[in-house]
Amino acid sequence: MIGKGVLKGMWVTLLEFIGTYPLGRWVLRVLGVQGTSGLVTIQYPDAKQQHPERFRYFPFLVYDDTPDNLRCVACKICEQECPPKCIFIEPARDEQGRPLKVHGRPFPKTFDIDTSICMQCRICVDVCPFDAIEMDKVYEMASAGRDEEMLYNKDQLLKSNEYFKGIRPVEAAGVDARLAAKAKKVASPAAGDTPSPAGTVPARSPAATAPNPPAA
Amino acid sequence: MLSPAVESDFLEVSLGPQHPSTHGVFRMQTVLDGETIVSLKPVMGYLHRNHEQLGEQMTYIASFPFTDRLDYFSAMSNNLGLAIAIEQLAGLDVTERGQYIRILMVELTRLVNHTAVTGFLLNDMGAFGTPLLYAFREREKILDLFEAASGSRMMCNYIRPGGVREDLPDGWLEGAKAIVDHYPQFLDQFETLLTENEIIRQRTQRVGVLPKELAVNASVTGPLLRASGVDYDIRKVDGYAIYPRFKFKVPLGQIGDVYDRYYVRILEMRESLKILQQALKEIPGGPAISPKGAAIGKAPRTFRPPKGEAYGRIEAPKGELGFYLVSDGSNQPYRYHVRAPSFVNLTILEDMCLGHKIADAVVILGSIDIVLGEVDR
Repeated sequence: MIGKGVLKGMWVTLLEFIGTYPLGRWVLRVLGVQGTSGLVTIQYPDAKQQHPERFRYFPFLVYDDTPDNLRCVACKICEQECPPKCIFIEPARDEQGRPLKVHGRPFPKTFDIDTSICMQCRICVDVCPFDAIEMDKVYEMASAGRDEEMLYNKDQLLKSNEYFKGIRPVEAAGVDARLAAKAKKVASPAAGDTPSPAGTVPARSPAATAPNPPAA
Repeated sequence: MLSPAVESDFLEVSLGPQHPSTHGVFRMQTVLDGETIVSLKPVMGYLHRNHEQLGEQMTYIASFPFTDRLDYFSAMSNNLGLAIAIEQLAGLDVTERGQYIRILMVELTRLVNHTAVTGFLLNDMGAFGTPLLYAFREREKILDLFEAASGSRMMCNYIRPGGVREDLPDGWLEGAKAIVDHYPQFLDQFETLLTENEIIRQRTQRVGVLPKELAVNASVTGPLLRASGVDYDIRKVDGYAIYPRFKFKVPLGQIGDVYDRYYVRILEMRESLKILQQALKEIPGGPAISPKGAAIGKAPRTFRPPKGEAYGRIEAPKGELGFYLVSDGSNQPYRYHVRAPSFVNLTILEDMCLGHKIADAVVILGSIDIVLGEVDR
């Protein structure tokens, strides 16, 4: 039963065992025996893994400069294309049902993403024509409840473009270049827009469901 | 009291659905005579997620993240299967670089799958931990590559009709080259550990023999079929993607027992490494996705393939993975069907197990290499 094959296998595990320790690795190197390159366990809550730039976990909404200047125009394309249907958007409208505008753009009254449904596929980012939604790297999103706590609303989802540049420098540079080219294209005919003064829309407060409509 | 004549009844044992040896939620309804298996009925469906019906109610592109979850060990292969079916349906071309990136990803997936399944097979045999951990260590390095390219280790959602979603990041090819160069060394170590081990040979040789004729009749595919000695590899037979450009052999087994299946997988990994080395050497520059493919990815709802049907099939690590699509001219498939290799290969389980001991059933199941996400869909 126990023969040469088993002993050879034992030899492999022995080398592996010796190579676990710094002294053992040194001994193996001196003896000229080929060891293996092990992986080191990362002690998770104390130390965190370094993720590559493209690591994706959960979407967030990008805003430029101030939180009311978000890029999303509530076009609902991501809501339609989302495979598990985890995005819920309600565009901001006045009493007559016309879209309200901030900085010359429509904006969402509510923008909710259900973390319990989202499957991190990144299709919302691919389909967004305004580069308004991007993937975040934060993965510590556990919650004690499974209802409101897992439904992330607009205020929780809003993050600045600087944050986006911080987590994905290469991708953000490409997005910025694309947006700059787009802005240049529409710069001349869109001179009549009167942007609302910054701060009139307290988008960060939870009661910001009916912001002042700017004269548009 | 006089002892009556020994009258033994058959014993019915239900293995699973929460049994650790069943690789997920799968049940084997076995009837035993002593320890010998008299009958074995696979019971499946515990992980049914309505994948095909879901695919018929969303756009073609939206099915991609769901295909990741079919065989969650080889997400890239699943993506490629659907992408090839869609390309056939709509007559799309793939860019050169896109083709090469696909080959790299799919062959790396084969390494991941075969390494992991060998580890699991040994786990089922009772070599608890050691071979599996060695296997997972190497798998982890390849999953890091997937994460760098696609953003996710396992749910890659990377390959698209017309190419791949994003081009490779800087330094990816160097990282892949380092891993591919190191892999033969790992395989040597793995083989030293396992191939000649007398205990493994006693547990696996002449266990669960699948004769050639039965394998073909049961439409078994993949390493399971090749271990029985049938030379059938869709990469060679169909020559899909750009496989005809690469030089590689199709390793075959002799008698089709568990040991042959193990060894065919090891040899297949070595062939995959050859393909990877050639692809890494030849990979050209240029765009990773064709303009048409990029437009489809950007606006999936506008993609309306012409009326017709298509069957795209690839040699996934587990066997023939086919996607059958019927288009009625709208932006959603009229019919979307998956021919899952795990499911078809599992149908032959009883024939391989009959007459063996109950402990062997676990090993035989492990050697088929099933993933329940794909069996139940």
